[in-house]
Amino acid sequence: MYALGMRGILDLAAYVPYWRLNRSEIRATFGSGGGKGTRAVASFDEDTTTIGTEAARLLGSVSPSSLWFATVSPAYLDKTNATTIHAALRFDSDVTALDWGGSIRSGVGALMTALRGNDPVLVVTADIRDGLPTSADESSGGDAAAAIMVGSDSEGPLLAEVLGMGSATEEFIDRWRLPGDRRSKVWEERFGETRYVPLGEEAWNAGLKDAGITAAEIDQVIITSSHARSVRAISSRLGVEADKIALDYSETIGYTGSAHAGLALTGLLETVGAQKTIALLSLADGADVLVLRTTDAITKRKPVRSVATQIEARADVAYGKFLSWREWVTLEPPRRPEPGRISASISSRREDWKYGFVGSRDRTSNAFHLPPARVSMKGGAVDDMDPAPMAAEIGTIATFTIDRIAYSPSPPIVFAVIDFEDGGRTAVEMCDVDAESLKMGDRVEMTFRRLFTSDGIHNYFWKARPVRDGVAK
Amino acid sequence: MSSHGIKDQVAIVGMGCTKFGEHWTLGTDDLLLWSTSDALESAGIEKDEVDAYWLGTAMSGNSGQTLSRPLSMCKPVTRVENYCATGSEALRNASYAVASGAYDVAMAVGVEKVKDSGYQGLVGASHAPTDGTARTLSAAAMFAMCAPAYGNKYGVTDEQMREVLARISWKNHQNGARNERAQFRKEVSMETICGAPLMAGGLGVFDCSGVADGSAAAIVVRAEDALRYTDKPIYIKGLSFLAGAGTGNADPDYDYTWFPEINAAAKDAYAQAGVTDPRSQISMAEVHDCFTPAELLIYEDLGFAERGTAWKEVLNGTFDLDGSMPVNPDGGLKSFGHPVGASGLRMFFENWLQLRNDAPPERRITTADRGLGLVHNLGGYPGEMVSFVGVVGNQLG
Repeated sequence: MYALGMRGILDLAAYVPYWRLNRSEIRATFGSGGGKGTRAVASFDEDTTTIGTEAARLLGSVSPSSLWFATVSPAYLDKTNATTIHAALRFDSDVTALDWGGSIRSGVGALMTALRGNDPVLVVTADIRDGLPTSADESSGGDAAAAIMVGSDSEGPLLAEVLGMGSATEEFIDRWRLPGDRRSKVWEERFGETRYVPLGEEAWNAGLKDAGITAAEIDQVIITSSHARSVRAISSRLGVEADKIALDYSETIGYTGSAHAGLALTGLLETVGAQKTIALLSLADGADVLVLRTTDAITKRKPVRSVATQIEARADVAYGKFLSWREWVTLEPPRRPEPGRISASISSRREDWKYGFVGSRDRTSNAFHLPPARVSMKGGAVDDMDPAPMAAEIGTIATFTIDRIAYSPSPPIVFAVIDFEDGGRTAVEMCDVDAESLKMGDRVEMTFRRLFTSDGIHNYFWKARPVRDGVAK
Repeated sequence: MSSHGIKDQVAIVGMGCTKFGEHWTLGTDDLLLWSTSDALESAGIEKDEVDAYWLGTAMSGNSGQTLSRPLSMCKPVTRVENYCATGSEALRNASYAVASGAYDVAMAVGVEKVKDSGYQGLVGASHAPTDGTARTLSAAAMFAMCAPAYGNKYGVTDEQMREVLARISWKNHQNGARNERAQFRKEVSMETICGAPLMAGGLGVFDCSGVADGSAAAIVVRAEDALRYTDKPIYIKGLSFLAGAGTGNADPDYDYTWFPEINAAAKDAYAQAGVTDPRSQISMAEVHDCFTPAELLIYEDLGFAERGTAWKEVLNGTFDLDGSMPVNPDGGLKSFGHPVGASGLRMFFENWLQLRNDAPPERRITTADRGLGLVHNLGGYPGEMVSFVGVVGNQLG
């Protein structure tokens, strides 16, 4: 039994982007690469910060003392990315926001460190995986994010309690990337197998010992790694039957790097049921094992949007478009000026609107103002408004249009006037949408996106997308 | 609110207008010299006789020096900017200056050198820092939203709306083809208009105004002095300009089928000018046809048609050159393009020609005897615009 006892997972959710690349398109285009199935693709207006935010928005109400964000592909270096997520989630300033960066292991590392600690911590992991066209990283990689609220049972019912953990570490070169490079390189796979398999066994035994259980007591095990050969090799050495090895999403989403442990854990906890013992084995520059026991509370929890439903709610992206989104090819832009960089000081003054999508509501007339205003458009009252948080509101399309000439990193722009169901109107860009099938009256929800980047400053704001499955509100 | 206006206090006694188009060999300075020289010649005066200048430009220069340098003079020059109403705003301010008694002779001049940007279309004038949350849409897309909104409200099918919008474009190109100063001087068939590549929403290339360089200028004096300069002065009857609150895109009560700012400016200008029935009193109008749906809605906001009926009047030919209410007899923004600072004064120039019976016979209106003409500009977008409406006349009283 782990020393802290009733430590575990209070809530968790994963975000899978809407777009899928059919891997067969890669071979059809270049004559090599590709494979079976699909991989998840973050849209041109998503980055690890926005998809991490979207995962966290699928959680219920959470009150962490810290927000930790882990990714291999941070939107910024030097500047903390977790503060953007912090702003989008409208956390109070006394909630710390920290990045864990650089390596795949940082995702599972952040989760296990949070579980070892004393404080309530929201662990967000996100990755956008890429590689040279036709590479294994391109086809087997995937984009996703997971958000796991870690805490103690004193903060609420745990969905799963920690039984034990184990780790093993060793320096060896399996995959690497210099800062600034766009893709990783890998050593011959057979070498990595000679390191990962014994490290995995060492961590596995340590984790079981810490949990005080035997392998036979495990109901489901998740094995996750960028090193597919080691996953295959070790799966028969854990003392767990093959039918207890959990879904790894390689056929649908792909391997999502630092987010994958959280993604797989979320998918498993959404389906496994109460009073089950589950183990996670992650191989990344060493090995990490986490053993959990689900509680009865898990049966009462209905995910807002499960991994399974997000796998279903999807659309294909053409390979050419995928390559342009990842900037492997540059398409001719509209002959229009690109937007200038945003102002740091204005963005700071407007943090609630820009990052939190908070408008204002006139106390007298109840008129919503999006963006917020000091003087009411109905009645003219001055400085007599309450904040109106709108990010979780559902709207309907009052009217819309398709703009083929305005600047966009991926034209055309679909633009809509949205009437929110509980009041308020705004005009915003749509995303994750097939413009031809859009209709007035369609329901939409808000989503946090990166509009463009200028002078190295990312412009984050909100867009609307069609409601396709569970509603986040 | 009081808006007394300056009816019959100020007269236009000379005007100049360049040819509009892609003037690759002419700069802002050349265009300014062209229009101001023509205006001075038209009024029969020298540069030194002008006491003060109002220069309208949105993106071709800052400060009065944009005009004083190329004209090599040291004079009061006020640079004004008010989106696409910039040119009219220059005339409004020059007229008020003369009416106040501060100056005897003032010139309003508008200019825009658009084609030096290297981009297609107009490039926004504002470089003010932002938080990056404002709409990044093209103007075409914003105005495109008006067509289906109007159609839904008044039972106009998509096919009917396509014909109505094309008919507006067709009419303006018909008129422009007969105007030597226009950028585009070809008639365009309904089939070509309807089959053009889409730019935004349902709007094709021919639903959008062109992009051109140009300049126009007017000389204004007190009305009692007007006959010293010309025997056919054009009198200022009313000048209204409004900047809207810009709340349309956040106001669920706004339905994109009308432009409240234009309607309010029209009422104000009509009250100043004593116009009670625009259809019978006004000879012609130059309106801001930046996009065909805008011209459709403008007819109703200006009171040229009842709400929900303008589309039928378009098809009936009411607004054609030989119709009962000619609109854009010079060809409009469709044929002239839209050099922002110049457009408003270009519209006054057409009134100047038509109300003095100086327009060439091939595009002369038949309604000039009513004696009043109208100029309308809008700047901005549906739900967030500025608007100008001016009324001028060829008689006092």
